[in-house]
Amino acid sequence: MTRTRESRAAPGVPDHVIETTDLTKVYGKGDGNRRQSYAVRALRGVSITVDRVEFVAIMGPSGSGKSTLMNLLGCLDRPTDGTYLLEGEDVSRLNKEKLAGIRNRRIGFIFQSYNLLPRLAAAKNVMLPLMYNGHQNLSEEEMLERAVAALESVGLGDRIGHRPSELSGGQQQRVAIARALVNGPSLVLADEPTGNLDSRSGDEIMALLRQLHQDGATIVMVTHSAHDASNAERIIALRDGRVIDGDFDVEAAGPLESVTAREGGGR
Amino acid sequence: MSFWRTLKVAWEGLTLNKARSFLTTLGVIIGVAAVIVMMAVSAGAEAEIADQINALGANLIVVMPAFQRGGVAGGGRGSVGLEYPDDLEAIRRDVDGINGVSAEQSTRQEVKGDGNTLSDVSIVGTTADFPAVRDYQVMIGRFIADEDNERKNEVAVLGYTVAQELLGERSPVGQKIKIGSVNFVVIGVMEKKGVVGNEDYDARVYVPLTVIFKRYEVRRFGGDTLNTVLVSAESKNVMDEVMDQITTVLAREREVSPTEPDFNLMTQDSVIEAQASTTEAFRSLLGWVAGVSLVVGGIGIMNIMLVSVTERTREIGLRQALGARPRDVRLQFLLEAIILSLIGGVVGVLAGVGGSYLFGELGTMRTAVVPMSVPLAFVAAAAVGIFFGYYPATQAAQLDPIDALRHE
Repeated sequence: MTRTRESRAAPGVPDHVIETTDLTKVYGKGDGNRRQSYAVRALRGVSITVDRVEFVAIMGPSGSGKSTLMNLLGCLDRPTDGTYLLEGEDVSRLNKEKLAGIRNRRIGFIFQSYNLLPRLAAAKNVMLPLMYNGHQNLSEEEMLERAVAALESVGLGDRIGHRPSELSGGQQQRVAIARALVNGPSLVLADEPTGNLDSRSGDEIMALLRQLHQDGATIVMVTHSAHDASNAERIIALRDGRVIDGDFDVEAAGPLESVTAREGGGR
Repeated sequence: MSFWRTLKVAWEGLTLNKARSFLTTLGVIIGVAAVIVMMAVSAGAEAEIADQINALGANLIVVMPAFQRGGVAGGGRGSVGLEYPDDLEAIRRDVDGINGVSAEQSTRQEVKGDGNTLSDVSIVGTTADFPAVRDYQVMIGRFIADEDNERKNEVAVLGYTVAQELLGERSPVGQKIKIGSVNFVVIGVMEKKGVVGNEDYDARVYVPLTVIFKRYEVRRFGGDTLNTVLVSAESKNVMDEVMDQITTVLAREREVSPTEPDFNLMTQDSVIEAQASTTEAFRSLLGWVAGVSLVVGGIGIMNIMLVSVTERTREIGLRQALGARPRDVRLQFLLEAIILSLIGGVVGVLAGVGGSYLFGELGTMRTAVVPMSVPLAFVAAAAVGIFFGYYPATQAAQLDPIDALRHE
């Protein structure tokens, strides 16, 4: 994975993988996607930057806007206002087709509930992003090769033919991570990656993410868990759609409680 | 995603629930099979009619005595028969563009020969032009000649079946047979022709017209007169011209005004038209039935596709997150619908063609699979797939990835 990423970091590409300016998201009025009679201001001007090869955790209580921010960062949605530069390219006004291409090639998603297709073997699941990558046009064999390599990199080289139902939760999440990495994305977005796992499997997944980061991945992770967040280099704390602390240095001290205390006990 | 890969994904989606996919295609299968069978049945009916009409003789003009107003003349019969041989001869001599002129007068008699007896055989008295007019040729020996009629020769030409049943393997020409109480010499055997209309041509015996008049009680109009004279035109193009000539020649011969003739001319066209209008109504009814069943099949596909989109909302959301564009999603579901209907089309064509043959073999109905109906049924099936698959596919493509991913 490291190789791919370094080749992407060509001269002239800015160091910021993510740079948002005054991101605003209002649901309801003026937004055709959701039928609501009142407007919900989920984000009220969020400006953050994430540098290349950074590992950032986004924390905040329910309703703080972290899911909304995640959706915007993942190009699953467009902001009502503000700009989002992904590797220096403004992606905040792209249409659905273009956004799909960005998600496919530049972003790797890791979901809380893995989101593997149950009928497909692990390797086939990992191949999915390759199939939607119109820029590479790989043959079936090349895809399988890359998928197997990705699975090997997450320690599942011996599970390529297994279906999700034949794998443990931790293994399923590893398959999902392999899938997130297979297109060599600029940014890995993890949404509560340990939320469905027991603490031991969760720790393994966090160790894997740390390893990926050390190998050069840029990771943004949304989490409730202060324990997980301690793996990140930096924590962005959100509340009521605003950044209340954009540079909480995890290394500096242990008082993670100051962040988690604001959560009020999670969802 | 490339087309072929999408096709594969669509196929995998369908094989996920084979029973349901099959039941969904059943509607299209029935619809397509119905289209093909219906077309085969009506084509069979048309072919049957066309065959019968052609078998009667091509480009045939039928001359009949007209029923006259007042009805006093002709002994109260209301019409005067056509004269033999004068009227026939006049047409034959003075009308251009004809293959022949003939008349037929029949009776039913017992036929004996070589120790065999056939009862109630149709004995047809006719003239030398009969083979040309009826498009029906002699297989062995010769047909009745003009001379046979002039001399009232007691010679007979046997229909194919009659020859088989009466004389078996023996060479028929020169054999003596007895028709009723009269002795005849066999001079020929006709080729096989089969049943035309309600008449089995092979089960008849052909003799000179004059012999029928002389020996048997068939003088329906008094004297040697005929109720029909058959004229065969050389081609369809000259039919009108030939009919005009017949009117002129016959009016002169019979000394009546050509504008008010005492005879009528009829062509096969009027018969064909009457038959055609019946089959037309039949066919349009069948067409509607088949069309409706195709539409019902299409609605079945749409229904299942909508269910499928709802069931797989989360999968759609995931695919979108991984980079599937709206058009990738639309194509995937559209292809599923098209695959379903095309498989329905293939199976339906096989069932339809098989069913048509089965109908033809087992039933009394004649069927002829129309070659055009196969591609037509395919196109119809594909159109049904695209038409009824488009809406569910668009629904899928328009899903919001965030909502779709959250869907339970």
